[in-house]
This record gives sequence, C-alpha cells and structure tokens, in this order.
Amino acid sequence: MAVSNKPIIWLLFAAGGTFAAFVTPVLIFITGLALPSGLLPAEALAYDRVLAVAQTQIGKLVLFAVVFLPVWHAAHRLRITAHDFGIRADAFVKYICYGLAATATVISAIALFSI
Amino acid sequence: MSNRIVELEILRYNPETDEEPKFQTFSVPCAEDWVVLDAINYIKDELDRTLSYRWSCHMAVCGSCGMMINGEPMLSCKSFLRDLPDRIRVEPLTNFPIERDLVVVMDDFMDKLDSVKPFLIPREEKTVDEGEFLQTPAQLSKFKQYTLCINCTLCYAACPQYAHNEGFVGPAALALAHRYNLDSRDVGRSARADVVASNAGIWECSFVGACSEVCPHGVDPAAAIQQTKIASSVDYFRDMLIPGRRS
Amino acid sequence: MSRRPYIRPVSKVSWWLSQPRYIRYMAREASCIFIGAYSGVLVVGLIRLSQGAAAWGAFLETLQSPVSIAFHLFALAFALYHTTTWFNVTPKAMPLQFGQTPVPGGAIIGAHYLGWILVSGLILFLVGV
Ligand code: FES
Repeated sequence: MAVSNKPIIWLLFAAGGTFAAFVTPVLIFITGLALPSGLLPAEALAYDRVLAVAQTQIGKLVLFAVVFLPVWHAAHRLRITAHDFGIRADAFVKYICYGLAATATVISAIALFSI
Repeated sequence: MSNRIVELEILRYNPETDEEPKFQTFSVPCAEDWVVLDAINYIKDELDRTLSYRWSCHMAVCGSCGMMINGEPMLSCKSFLRDLPDRIRVEPLTNFPIERDLVVVMDDFMDKLDSVKPFLIPREEKTVDEGEFLQTPAQLSKFKQYTLCINCTLCYAACPQYAHNEGFVGPAALALAHRYNLDSRDVGRSARADVVASNAGIWECSFVGACSEVCPHGVDPAAAIQQTKIASSVDYFRDMLIPGRRS
Repeated sequence: MSRRPYIRPVSKVSWWLSQPRYIRYMAREASCIFIGAYSGVLVVGLIRLSQGAAAWGAFLETLQSPVSIAFHLFALAFALYHTTTWFNVTPKAMPLQFGQTPVPGGAIIGAHYLGWILVSGLILFLVGV
C-alpha cells in the first residue's frame, strides 16, 4: 500500500466544511428569507453597494472564498454519499463531483475578475 | 430466581448441514441480575448443547463475547437482561462471516490489526538490564484511552464503511495505530503510514461515528481516525514541500 | 468438520435504514446537496453581478420567487444541521490538552458556537439588517 494523495482534497473538504458551518446559514437567511420578507432594507443588496464591495481586493477574496470553499466541501461529501447510496462507479462520480466544483471555482473567479 | 421468562431468538448456522442461518427460539427462566451471556450459558447447559459461541472472562475484559443483541453490537456479558425486553434477538456480529452459530470468522480483523504494527517501535532497542523507557503522566494521558481497547470488534460490526469497503483497515486497528503514534516512546509513525495513511486506511472513513458509540470501554476510534487524518495531511504536505524527507 | 463460512448479504443501497444513527449520518451527508446547490445560487449571483445593474436586479427578483424561498427554507434547515453536526465533533478531531488536563469537549464546542454567533452577527450588521 502507499500513502494516499487524499490530503489535498480532504483539506479542501475540511476547510470548506468549516467555512460552510460558520457562514452558510446566515447567508441563506439573508438571500432567502430576509430579502423576500422585506426584513432587509431594499438598498442593502443594491447593485452599487454590492458592486463596490466586489471591486475591492479584499471583497473579491472574501466572496471567492465564500463561494468556492463550500463547493469543494459539498463535492467531496457528495462523492462519498454516492458510494453510501450504493453507487459503485466511483471513477465516474469523482469526475462529476470534482468537475462541477472546479467549474464553479473557475466561473466565480472569472466573474469576480471581470468586475 | 425470579419468574421472568425471556425468549431468546438465536441465529443458528451449522456449516455441515445448513444452507443458510435461521433463527431458533429458546425460553429461558432467568434471574434478576443475569446478563445475556448467562441466558445463553443456560441454553448450552440445559437446553441445547450444540450451541456454539465464544466467551471467557464474563467481565468485559477478554472481548470475545460480542454479539448483535436486538440489532446492536454489544458484549453479551455486559448486557443486562433487566435493560432488555422479554424477546431478545441474538445474532453473530454483523460484517463478519459466520463460522458457526454465534461464532464469527475473525481472520480479516486479525490481519488488519497486524498490518498497522500495533506495538511499540522505540528509537533504539533496550535490554531489560538497561531499564525502562520513561514517560510522564502528561505524555501517558495523551493516548491512555486508546489502550483500553479489548479487540472485541464491536466497532467493526457497527461500521458501514467496513461493511461496504472490503479493504478498509477499520476502527480498532486505526485507533491502535494512533495510540502508538501518540506514544512518546514510539517512532513508528512513518512505518505505519503505508497502511494507516493509504486509501484503505483512514481515508476510507467517512466519520459515521458508530464505532465510538458502541465501544464498551469508551474508546473513541472515530476521534482517533480524524486526528490521524489531520496529522497525515500535515505529514503529506511537509513531505511534498521538503523533498527527500521521506524516501 | 468442514469450514463453510456464511456471509450475510447487506444491501448496498438501503443499509442505512437499519439504525437511527445511520439515518442521522445520511441526513448529515445529504446536507452537502443543499450546501452545493446554494453555492450554485451564489455563483449565479456573481455572474449576474458582473453583467450589470439590470442582470443583478433580475437576480434579486428571482430570489423573491416562491420557489426560491422554498428552496432556501430547506437549504437553511440542512445548513443548520451541517453547522451543529460539524461543531459537535470538533473536540474529537481537534482535542486540546494543557499538560495533563484535557480541555473539556463542551468548551471547544461552545467556543465554536460563540464564534458562529459573532460571525453571523457581523455579517448581518455589515449587510445592514
Ligand atoms: S466474556 Fe470476556 S468480554 Fe464478555
């Protein structure tokens, strides 16, 4: 047997899981409940305001982390969950899960870069 | 002797005559302070001498009497009848092949236990005359809980990843590897890594946590495995950044 | 005496229905579907933001549709389950010990919840709730 290279993906999984644990609930609350219910003032997520945040270096970095870390967490966990549900085509599942995560990472990087 | 009658449904399998295992029910008059093992011993002594099962110490030390009791992996000598209903289903530990009746085949576990080198690998050997390797209480407390493992394999019976991934080294063996890795007198961590940090080692674990819940001695294999994942990841990146550190 | 070990069949697909602890585990794992899907929502948000004011406005509009709200409600439930299950095992993955005294698990978990409340509060404050 040989030492596995899983630490690479596992570190992303663990960091993403931690990130998701801390920030995802409040973000869902904001975009999914506070905004539609009017709890959040309309100008809070106004275009100019959000754009201003996304135009700063630190803003870009934070937004990127918020999007891409939980994606890798979800992708890795989904791969394992597929196995837990009896799907044994791991080689295929792996490409789908990590492929989606990589796509989301690249797209969000490009979107942020172009802002 | 109280008058309580307990119905024991025992999964029987005779490799010489049976195609597959089937349940057989025994009515056992039992005393207030009996454990499931006492009821099984009663069956063996009074009702059916052909019943096969393992036990030795009757005090949760030898680790040989593990069984599924109403679907839960437990030591039958530590499962009091007063905590159980009047109908009790007893099966051999899941995730192991059945040798006969309640006796399972342990070979796979034994091989895996052996593969993690669960013994002290000191920096240099010492003869008895040279004295002992010293250790402070603080150093001992780092791994003491993991020394309590009695190899009863209840954790293997509880672990779905062991059930569904043939090569998985499994909870108890990985916890014991961690126990020696944490020992201040031991330098075997990299020697164990080939198995422990392989795909069939810690990385097959998805942290279900059932192993720790069923352990009769409060050992926490799930914790040991997560800690090993972190330590192995640190090793991995350090080895990558500092080439030649590990050949 | 012939050996003929019997291997009991286990379902690859439905094994987890056999015990409540496995069902809880699968619920925890299923949270990743919602974490992943919500990340998808955020990716779309970033794309829309990069496309200008009108696109961003339409994105905010979509977020207020009933379908979106229903999705967010499920996602919030699973995200909270993810948070609790993640925090509750932190003492196992990262135990702390000073000399001979281990830091009680409850303190490590509590510190995470405290941090979570602070971070959530900070984000709400910054957004302007
Ligand atoms: S008989 Fe020894 S542990 Fe039960």
